[in-house]
Amino acid sequence: MLRAIFVIFFFQLIGEAIKKLFQLYIPGPVIGLVLLLLTLIFLKKTNNKNIISLKKDVIDTGNHMLTYLSLLFVPIGVGVVMHLTYLQNNFFRVLIIIFITTVSTIALTAFTMEKLKTKIK
Amino acid sequence: MLEKDKLYSIWVYLQAEPLFWLTLTIGSYLIGDYCYKRSKLFPLVNPVMISIFIVSIILLKLNISYERYFDGAKFIHFMLGPVTVALAIPIYKQFSLIKKEAKIIFISLILGSLFAITSTFLLCKFFSIDEKVLLSMLPKSATAPIAMGISDLIGGIPSLTAIVTILTGIIGASFGTFALDFLKLKDMSARGFGLGLASHGIGTARAMSRNRTAGVFAALALGLNGIATAIIVPLLFKLFSFF
Repeated sequence: MLRAIFVIFFFQLIGEAIKKLFQLYIPGPVIGLVLLLLTLIFLKKTNNKNIISLKKDVIDTGNHMLTYLSLLFVPIGVGVVMHLTYLQNNFFRVLIIIFITTVSTIALTAFTMEKLKTKIK
Repeated sequence: MLEKDKLYSIWVYLQAEPLFWLTLTIGSYLIGDYCYKRSKLFPLVNPVMISIFIVSIILLKLNISYERYFDGAKFIHFMLGPVTVALAIPIYKQFSLIKKEAKIIFISLILGSLFAITSTFLLCKFFSIDEKVLLSMLPKSATAPIAMGISDLIGGIPSLTAIVTILTGIIGASFGTFALDFLKLKDMSARGFGLGLASHGIGTARAMSRNRTAGVFAALALGLNGIATAIIVPLLFKLFSFF
């Protein structure tokens, strides 16, 4: 497990370095995600026993970490509540806009994807 | 009286410790999660929303500053980075499926991303929202750190973008599935993709808690739309500033 945590942190670290180096607007963890994905794909057919066991370790630990994904949004969420006054007199209008645009974006995107899929099949 | 003073001094000591706020965050999340499970995963009983509510009430009632709270909560907040990296794992496991549907994914991504941005722009104009607030809202469907970077680039207010982005996540995760059910959309990958595209990490967490395939496509959409928004918003902004 410790090796897996090291690997995941290390990929984020590389992501942060690349972001800084190329002055990107993409956050370090997202770059780390892409790099880890590419590495896993690249190592898909490896025969090396050590790499296979490390890969399994990373996959198991990562999956375990992902079960707590929701919890990680609580600290920023509390910040949002504490700073709601920033929105001042815009608050209700902003809330309505977010509601309409977000729900319709979810519906439109899912609708497009499902229809395209059934059309092709 | 002496007992009361003693209790008070213990409280004064504890509330200055990060451990107290860290424990409170995990505890309130467990309560939220318990309610979510008891409600048989009903979307409006969102565990994130419940725990944010509990913690906020306590902070406001006891007059605790957000900075003091965050001193403890930052340990949880820190894990957001590594867990984002770990999203590579479910994507990797479904990679052959994703490769097979690359074209469909690409079209849905571009359409969804463009719609999220332009509908926000038009509604802001309709409701005559201030220019600064409008610019802060444009990237709201991207994951918070990307959205804040874009907002800064086009002259929005990054902290306002953070607020709007988190609200987008919570609203999408809570109400999105009702729209999907209303349209009778049954394909799990399409449902997940819509949730992840529009309401990033919080939508992804919600999709993940319901169905593995939905979770994978939500994670995929979260990553892809982060990148798409980072390209589309500054481009549209340049285009509009010509008029």
